[in-house]
This record gives sequence, C-alpha cells and structure tokens, in this order.
Amino acid sequence: MSRIKNVIIKITGYRLFLPLLCLAIVLLVNIIKTPSFFEITIKNGVFYGYIVDIINRSSELVILSIGMTLVVAASGGTDISVGAVSAVSGAVAIFILGGGQTSTDFYHAPYLLGVLAAIGVGALLGAWNGFLVAKMRIQPMVATLILYTAGRGIAQLITKGQILYLRVDHFKQLGGFIPGIPLPTPVFVAILCILVTMLLLKKTALGLYVQTVGINSRAARLVGLNSTMIKFLTYTFCGLCSGIAGMIITSRVYSIDANNAGLNIELDAILAVALGGNSLGGGKFSLLGSVIGAVTIQALTTTLYAMKVSADQLYVYKAIVVILIVALQSSELKRMLRNLRGRSQVTQTGKEVA
Amino acid sequence: MNFRIKKMDSKQFLLLITIGLFIVMYLAGMVVFQDKNFGKLQVFLNLFISNAGLIVAATGMTMVIITGGIDISVGSVIAMTCMLLAWMMEIKGMGAVPALAIVLAVGLVYGLVQGWLIAYLKIQPFIVTLAGLFFARGMTAVISTDMISIKNGLFLKWANAKIYFPFGGAMNRKGVMVYPYLYPSVLLALLTLVLFFVVLKYTKFGRSVYAVGGNEQSALMMGVNIRRTKLKVYAINGVLGTFAGFLFSLNTCAGFVEQAKGFEMEAIASSVIGGALLTGGVGNVFGSLLGVLIKGTIETFITFQGTLSSWWTKITIAVLLAFFIILQSVLASRKVKVG
Repeated sequence: MSRIKNVIIKITGYRLFLPLLCLAIVLLVNIIKTPSFFEITIKNGVFYGYIVDIINRSSELVILSIGMTLVVAASGGTDISVGAVSAVSGAVAIFILGGGQTSTDFYHAPYLLGVLAAIGVGALLGAWNGFLVAKMRIQPMVATLILYTAGRGIAQLITKGQILYLRVDHFKQLGGFIPGIPLPTPVFVAILCILVTMLLLKKTALGLYVQTVGINSRAARLVGLNSTMIKFLTYTFCGLCSGIAGMIITSRVYSIDANNAGLNIELDAILAVALGGNSLGGGKFSLLGSVIGAVTIQALTTTLYAMKVSADQLYVYKAIVVILIVALQSSELKRMLRNLRGRSQVTQTGKEVA
Repeated sequence: MNFRIKKMDSKQFLLLITIGLFIVMYLAGMVVFQDKNFGKLQVFLNLFISNAGLIVAATGMTMVIITGGIDISVGSVIAMTCMLLAWMMEIKGMGAVPALAIVLAVGLVYGLVQGWLIAYLKIQPFIVTLAGLFFARGMTAVISTDMISIKNGLFLKWANAKIYFPFGGAMNRKGVMVYPYLYPSVLLALLTLVLFFVVLKYTKFGRSVYAVGGNEQSALMMGVNIRRTKLKVYAINGVLGTFAGFLFSLNTCAGFVEQAKGFEMEAIASSVIGGALLTGGVGNVFGSLLGVLIKGTIETFITFQGTLSSWWTKITIAVLLAFFIILQSVLASRKVKVG
C-alpha cells in the first residue's frame, strides 16, 4: 500500500506531471466527443488527421514558447512583442523576396537572403528589447510594450498598409509540405529548434547560467556571471525565434497581412510557458514543459474547432480552461483545500469526543 | 534656488516633463496647423470627447499598476460592455437605465472574480487578466457576432446631449454662431478622475494601495490587509472598465466583436507616459490624463496632416513611450547611485 502511495507521490511530484495531465485530459475529451479524432489518413502521399493538424499548427507556437521560456527564466518577465516582431519579420521576408510588389509569382531575390533577413530582423528587434531590459534595467513588460505598439506599425510601413502576396510554390513549402515528405515542414523546423536549444542549454553551461541569473541576478553577478549579457542574449534569442515563427506564419498563407499576422500569439506563447509549469517569476525552467504547454493550447483549439465552436467564441472556453489549469497549479488553492479538509477533520474528531 | 531643485524628486520631475511635452506639442500643433484652426477651443475639447472612455480606463489601470499589478482585459471588457448594452436595449427591449445598472454589476462581478484569483489564489495578474481578455472577447461573440446599433431613444439623448460653452464662439461658413461644446460623457470621465485622485491621495484605502505596491512586506507589517486591498482595487477596476465601456458606447452607439482591440495597451501606455511605474508604488491618475491627452494630440496631428497613414500613430506613441521609459530608467539609476 505504502509502496503504491510512494509511486503515486513520485509520479505526481514529477515536474512535467501536471502539464502532461492537462494535455491528456484535453485529448481524452476528444476520444469521447469526436471518435474520428485519432484517425490518420494518407492523401496524396501526406498524412492527414486532427493529430497531425495539432502538431503542425502548434509549430510556430512551440518555437515562440522556446524563446519565451528563456526570457521568462532569465528575467522573470515576459516578452509581449513576439507577435508584432513575427509580423515585421514576415513583412521583411516578403518585401525582399517579392521585390515590394503587391502580388508576384517569382522570386525577386535569392530565397536564402529573404530568410536570413527575416531572422536577422527578428534577432535585431530582440536585441533592442534585450538592451532595454538588461542594460537599461526596464521591466520586461514595459520594455517590450514599445515594440508591441510600434511593431505592427513598422510592418505596415514596410507593406505600405497592403496585403502582399508571394505566390511561389517554393515559398509555400516552409509552411506546407516538401514534395516526397509525408509530414508538414513546420514540424521539422520546430523539432530542429527544440533540439538545437536543448543542446545549447544542456551541453554547455548556458542553461545553468540562465537559471542562476533568473533566481538571483545580483548573486549571479557576484559569482562572476555576466547577468546583463545573459539576459541580453535570451531576448535576442527570443527575437530570433520570433523571426523563424514569422517565416512559417507568412509561408502558410504565402502573404503578409501586417494587422493580423501572429495576432495575439504572444498571449498564447506566455500561456504555453505558464501551462508548462514554469513560474513566470523566473528561475528554474523546463523547456519541454513549455513545448507540451504549446501543444496543449493548440490541441484545445483544434478540439473546439472539431466540436464546431466558432473562432470568436473559442476564447470563452480557452479562458475557462486557462483559469482552471492555472488555479490547479496554484499552491495557494492546495493550501486552502488542505485547511478546509483539516477543519472538517477537526470537527469530526470533536464530534467523536462529544 | 539650488535647494529647491534638490527637493524635487524624480516623480515630480517626470510629471513636469509630461506636462511640458504636452504643452510644447500642442503649441507646435497650433503653429504648424495654423491655417486649419488647430488653436480652436473645440479642437482641444475634442481630445476629451473622443477619449472619454480611455480617461476612465486609464484611471483604473493606474490604480491597478500602483498595486504592482496589470489589467490587460480592459479592451475586451469594453467590447463586451458595448455589446451587452446594445443587445439588452435593442434585442431584449430593456430601458437604458436598467441596462446600464446591469452592465456595471457585471463589471463588479468581473472585477471581483479577477481580484479573488489574483489576491487570494496568488496567480499572476497578467495570466488572470489574460484569461479575462479571452473570456470577455469570447462572450462578446457569444452574445452576437453581428454588429448591433443602438437606437434606444434615451440612450441616444445621452449620447447627443451637447453642453455648450457660453463663450468662445465663432462664426462658421454659413455665418451661424457656433459655440464650443462638450458631451456629458466628458464630464463623467473627468468627475471619475477627480474622485480617484482624491481617493488615492487622501483616504486610508488610497494610502494602502500605494503601500501594497511599494513594498508588500512592509505594508503587511504596518497592518494593511494586502489581499482585501487588492481585491477592492480589482473590483473597482472592473466597475471602471464597464463604465469606460459605457462612455465608449456613447461615442460609437454600437456593439461589435472587434471593438476596442488593443485598447488595454493604450491605457497602459497612457499610465506609463503619465509616470506610473509597473513595479508598483508610483503613479498618479492626473499623469494618466496627460498620457491620454498626448495620445489624442498625436492622433489629431495625423488627422490634420491628412496624408500620413494611421500606423504613424502607433509608431509615434511607441517612440514617446521609449523616450519616457528610458528617461524613467535613467532617473531611477541616478537615484540609486546617489543613495
């Protein structure tokens, strides 16, 4: 008996237990509601199905949540500009590749140049955020509020307020399928991002540094870490991730709409980090947790779509689920429940005595 | 003289800069757009008329920011309020007064729930109000995905009641004397602002708000009930959010899903430009009014200029925001070095 109890305690004590449980619950609802949810079919040599769709659609969110996790861990704050930065990156890519025309069907510049420019712009904007947070010591939310406000304005400046189209099949491949490969490309990009980041964090001391700076930035400096530099790097990295995500977002629809590209995705990315069991106060972090959080959010969205909830009403359910999950993870609620239970036990024993 | 400069702390300095900036901007506008009558009193009054809702929302936001929190749900709450008002009056045929009362009650409940989650469950304000943002926007769509125009007689009377000034009139092209006017919504907004200025500055509640934001630990030591203070602040902020929504709907007279998107960031930006620190403990509702006016002036510039596109508003506000934020940071670091 005590052995089973020990195992249960061990499992529930595992860091990724709650995030995985949430994901499992969301998927469980699907088995009951939509029996065809787990079916995967092959059409024209590529996989189709809700599950594939979830993994595919969550790719850009996964990439953003990787950057967001590091930012949160190192600075204890959030980067609310990632959606706007993605829009700028996408606008730059299409502007360069499409030669600034409203609609074209051939590249005006080498593809690699467009990609590098997009990611470079993302990293540059991230560096600006990093400069403000690390060097100027401004609270992260305020610092990134600047680009949040300006970002879409800059993107519109690049596109001149129009929706730019780039109808080149090669350009669609990043957000779609590469001929001959049955899985959608964004999945590979996301996995690559996770692997590279994991390697960087685990095989070098960087992961430890980020954590140390997040727990106590002053103490980290006293033991000889360059806290400013590490915070700066996390924001730059987050910008870089936004650039990559921006490329995928624009490639999916082979166009850029500065007003709507990556709209509200920063909220989902922050949510993914919180759902992954990471404290938004910084310090210890779990990259895999955030990835699971991102997939959970997308699973929830796809589930609700499968249940024929309209896109605008989706937010009501999302809000309820978010509050439930975060409340479940709150240690205050656990204490309240424990107190409640303790009190009822006391009254019970009191009755017995009487 | 030197002595007096030393006595002025960085908070007052920031507020002075904000006031100075507003005056300089406005004077510059008067010179540049002289031919288009930028200097007319009505142009100045229009700043208030088109931003009455924002003034109230920024007041609530400043109070929340002083406690060290944040409320990003206010834009969605405003959309929900407008939709709820329109739906109750047009589809359900309710009167304007009961509809308003219900909407304010909804705001109170909304604020209480958010406040309870933040104060008692200790969930980060950002996450709670993010869920609030999602919920309110979603509810707006649940009520109706189509736009509903308000045609209620009493409501339109409120919306169109002009209060004319007895002076400062000018002849228009037809030779009719036109006096500058205000809407009642502006008076309500300014009344709210003054009320909260007094409450925050001179009441026990107001002082505990500052104490909680400045340092929770020492506030606790002084005997401030932190949880209850926070709960009250978010509850009041909820009511102010729906009240701002009511003022907003007086301007638009309609409810639709996409309404007031990004409004929360305008409110936050106004508070920050007005000198509120997001770490808490510092802020002033009068400053946030100036933040709103500066934003309004930039918008007026762009309308008067005519050829600039609307996204320049965003970029200019962001530049201003950057200027103020960096200035705050420089002042703060100088203070640390001295102390």
